[in-house]
This record gives sequence, structure tokens and C-alpha cells, in this order.
Amino acid sequence: MSETILVFAEHHAGKLARPAWEAIAAAQHLAGDLKAGVVAAVLGENPGAMANELAQADVQQVLAVASPLLREYTSDGYAAAAAQLIRERKPQYVVFSHTYQVRDFAPKLAARLGGGLASDCLGYRCEGRKVIFVRQVFQGKFYADVEFVGAPPYSVSFQASAFREDAVQRGPAPAPVENVAASLDASTIRVKPGERFREAKQAVDLAQAEIIVAVGRGIKAPENLEMAKQLAEALGGELGASRPICDSGWLPMDRQIGSSGQTVAPKLYLALGISGAIQHQVGMKGSKTIVAVNKDKEAPIFEVATYGIVGDLFEIVPPLTDAVRKMKSR
Amino acid sequence: MKIIICLKQVPARDAVLRLNSASCWIEESDLTFEVNEPDLYALEEALRLKEKHGGEVVVCTLGPARAQQAIKEALAKGADRALHLDDNVFISLDAFGIAQALAAAIRKEDPDLVLTGLQSDDSGFAQTGVILAELLGLPHATIIMEIQAQEKSLKVKRELEAGWFEWMELPLPALLTIQSGINKPRYATLKGIMGAKSKPIQKLGAGELALTAEALEPRQKITRVYTPVKAAKTQFFEGSPKEIAETLLDKLKNEARVL
Ligand SMILES: Cc1cc2nc3c(=O)[nH]c(=O)nc-3n(C[C@H](O)[C@H](O)[C@H](O)COP(=O)(O)OP(=O)(O)OC[C@H]3O[C@@H](n4cnc5c(N)ncnc54)[C@H](O)[C@@H]3O)c2cc1C
Repeated sequence: MSETILVFAEHHAGKLARPAWEAIAAAQHLAGDLKAGVVAAVLGENPGAMANELAQADVQQVLAVASPLLREYTSDGYAAAAAQLIRERKPQYVVFSHTYQVRDFAPKLAARLGGGLASDCLGYRCEGRKVIFVRQVFQGKFYADVEFVGAPPYSVSFQASAFREDAVQRGPAPAPVENVAASLDASTIRVKPGERFREAKQAVDLAQAEIIVAVGRGIKAPENLEMAKQLAEALGGELGASRPICDSGWLPMDRQIGSSGQTVAPKLYLALGISGAIQHQVGMKGSKTIVAVNKDKEAPIFEVATYGIVGDLFEIVPPLTDAVRKMKSR
Repeated sequence: MKIIICLKQVPARDAVLRLNSASCWIEESDLTFEVNEPDLYALEEALRLKEKHGGEVVVCTLGPARAQQAIKEALAKGADRALHLDDNVFISLDAFGIAQALAAAIRKEDPDLVLTGLQSDDSGFAQTGVILAELLGLPHATIIMEIQAQEKSLKVKRELEAGWFEWMELPLPALLTIQSGINKPRYATLKGIMGAKSKPIQKLGAGELALTAEALEPRQKITRVYTPVKAAKTQFFEGSPKEIAETLLDKLKNEARVL
């Protein structure tokens, strides 16, 4: 029998999310290289409808893993149900998207199963039967090749958009769906999730902005924000920021751009003193034109920048603001 | 409340990193190190919980001799004592091995709460805390932005994607991984720095922790570290700041057509 790649399909309140399809695309890709079969699993109280949706993808089988105790996500419930499944089905690889939910339970699951987890990978390459996973280290300054040692299952989570949702291959006919009853004991689920909410005050909607001037830790001190604000005003744009600026309280959280803040796609995004960590990039890389000013020419932000300026933002920004004002007054 | 705070040392944020000659890690000599950022927030949270509810804050650090500096910083800020896990066999552990070693040390302490940062700025696996919870048999929650301690349980605010949050409850003892921004970390005072000198730091090796080579066996290994290959579509501008400004505006207007 050929090897199996089990892929975990994440959902929120019964709706399959984009990470589910990205994970399926990754698993299909890996299965192609390893000549393995893909089995997709979705966990929930009533995962049937989602399983049918997943069955449209070109996979061997879809497992609808059900239990009343899987009604809401808990690390305890998910790790227990997934461990059962993996012990029974013995996949070679288990594939995830590197989401907040996966970060919360996949390391626990892998530890329980005794296999490794290569987390937050960008991709992989094959050397014969050996698979080498590639991930960022040192906040994206370097890449690292990671190999598994020891026995499977080998778990891997891929970074957002490492594989694209639209790369999912549809099957010629719906894949068979198998209903699996997870046997969970309520007393082992120790964490109690509550309501999901958003902080109320949302003064700006950066998603509507056409031009964003975003500042990062390179701005050094809150009093220097004025300089960036003036550039934003001259351009008729909004001010945004990387997370540390909002963490420090220099700007309110509704100005934060990235995976835990806003996702924006303006026609012009200026990144001033932002290193370009993946969590920031996911929130802005859809921008039409990206300008990066950074004194470190190796900064990852330059990988997504259309135009790059290697230099000190304190020297670059004031003349830029002047030039914009001059241009506009013409 | 007895709180263990796991804290590690990573290269300083502004340090210029070079690859080592074997290209399997970075060159660590001549490098400045600092406390991993999320761990600083976790430490601050531990100190605040102690100030509010009483108890003890114990720092637990795995790392070579240089990590003493990070430990001393934590003691200067107000932690009571420290466990320093230092052994040659700890040098190239993966997240699982590190969690095994930490678990062996923490088990003996029988804490009410274990705090870790949510991930490290070096390897960034974001796994150690969660694996540690599993090995200790503790309930856990990740990416925490607020902690309310009750008698026998915790109410915590967990960060989710895209600006969403969730409140959740878990019984004590428990483990939490802390997100940057949860608080404003304090600075050490001079008095704290002086006081830290007499605080105990217990050294622990694999022998003291009864850790076998088997328990520390890696499940994955980093075989190569390298500079990312740039897709390099970026156009770079050079010249005086004024020239750069003019060129950039010209490009934005006439090439990208976004102005
Ligand atoms: C779960 C999770 C969620 C996260 N969510 C987000 C998020 O939503 N948004 C986000 O932004 N981050 C997020 N982060 C944090 C992210 O990983 C990075 O730590 C953060 O984006 C770094 O911000 P920065 O680029 O401003 O700072 P740094 O990484 O410190 O970069 C500062 C940059 O400024 C440059 N610089 C310094 N001085 C100058 C100067 N004078 N002139 C020019 N350049 C200069 C430096 O070369 C450096 O590249 C998240 C992290 C985690 C773990």
C-alpha cells in the first residue's frame, strides 16, 4: 500500500477557512512528489457538510471526525481526536497550515505521537525519498533546511500562502467520505473556550486607504512619528505601523498591519524601518506598489518591495516629504 | 502562587549575523545576546502576578554559560531565584529535547503556573511551550494577551488572527505562552541589580535531571542555514537623499502610476 499524507482542514464555526485549502494544496503537492495518497480530515461536532466540500478536492478520502466534544476548538479535544486518528491510520506525513489554532495544538499532538513537527515552513524539496523542509530562522534573515530524524509520523505546518488556495486540484468525482466517531472523555478537556470578540474602538479602516505610510521599530521613538505623519499627510495617505509600535502604545492597535492586525492592499505602501517579518508581510504584500526604506540591505522587506532604498529613514523621509509637497503644489 | 518563567537568550536584535563556517548555524563568537523579546513580557507578567497574589517567581533557562547574563537580568527585575540548565549535551537540542530538559527541571518544582514566550526570535519554532505543557501534563493556552488569576483557575485573553480575541478559562496548574505587547516590561533598578547578586542560581546538567540520551534524541535537525535567494525584482535607488526622493517620485508617478 502506498503511503498516506494526512491533511488537517481548519474551520471556524463550521466554515472551512483559507488555511484549510492551502494545507490541501500543500499535501497534494507533497503527495505528487512522494507518489502518496492524500487523506483530508476535518474535526467538529457535525463536520459532514465540510467533509463533502473537501471531497471536491482530488484526495483519496475525507474523514469527518465527529464528537459533541469537538463542537468548539480546544487544544485538549483536538490533540486527543487527532492522535487517535493518526495512531489508527498511520500516515507518513501530517500536513497543517501554520495558523494560531495549529500553533496551539500541533506541537502537543506531535509530542504525544513521538514524531517531529517542522513548523512554519516556506516549502520543501525532495532528494530521492528524502524530503527537506525549508523554513525561516532569525526572523527571516536566514533560511534553514530541516530534516526529520526518527520514526514517522512527520508533521509539517506551512506558512500562510506558501501554497495557494487556487492551486488545489479538483477531483474527477467526489472523494469518498468516511464518518469517524472520536471517542473523547469530557474530563480530559480542561480548557474552556469563551466568546470570540474584537476590541470595540476601530477609529480607522486602513483597508480603505489608497496610500499607507507604515512605520516600524526603525522610527526609534514616539516623537519621531510626526515625521512619518507629515509624509502621510503630504501624500494624502494614512499612517500604519508594525506590531512593536502598537505594542509600545505609540500608535493605537487599529493602525497595526499584519497577521494579528489589519490586512491592507493599498495602491501604495511605504514601509519605513520595518524589517518585514512574515507576520507583517501577510498583512501588506497584496499592496500594488511597495516602497521600503531600511538601513539593512538584507532586511526581508526588500523581498516584497517594488522600490527599495537602503539608507537611514531620518535622512530619506524629510526630503521626500518636501518633494511630495512640491509636486502636489505644482 | 509559584510561577516558573522559561526565558532564553537570543542574538541581539541589531546584531549583524554571520553564518558559521559549517553553514549549519550562525557564528556565535563576538555576538551580543539579549533576552528573547516575548520572554521579557512573560517575565513581567510573572512579576505582576506575584505582586498581586504573592508567591515566588523562578526563572528557568536552558543555555550555555553566556545565558547567565539573561538570568541575572531577570533576577535584577525581581525574580526570586533561577534554574540554569547547562550541559554540553543540551547544545543542539530541538524543541522537543529542550522541552524534555525543561520538563525534568520543572517537575521537581511543582509550580502552579508556567509561563513561556510564544516563540523565540532565533529558531522561531513556536513549539517549546506547548510541548512542555504536554510533557508536564498541564492544560495550556497560547498567544496570551491578558491573565486574570482566580483561586484555582485562570481566565486568559487569547489573541486570534486579524484583531480577534477570545476569553478562555483553564484550571491551575497550567502553562501559558505569552505574546509581546501584553504589558510594559519594567527596567531593572539599581537596587534590583545589587540584590540579584545574592539570589541563588542552581546549575543543572543532564545527570542531575536524570536525562538519558534517548530522551533528548532529536526528532528533527537543521542541516543547513543560508542567506535567502532573493527574487530580486526590487529596484534600488542610490544617491543623495534629495536625488533619491526625486527618482522615487518620478517612478511612483510615471512607472507605477500610483500618484
Ligand atoms: C503570533 C505573532 C503575530 C504577530 N503579528 C504581527 C502583526 O500583525 N504585525 C506586525 O508588524 N508584526 C507582527 N508580529 C511581530 C513580527 O514577528 C515582528 O517582530 C515585527 O513585525 C517586527 O517589527 P519591525 O519590523 O517594526 O521591527 P524590527 O524587526 O526590529 O525591524 C526594525 C527595522 O528597522 C530598520 N531600521 C532601524 N533603524 C533604521 C533607520 N534609522 N533607518 C532605516 N531603517 C532602520 C532595521 O534595519 C530593521 O530592519 C507577530 C509575531 C507573532 C509571533
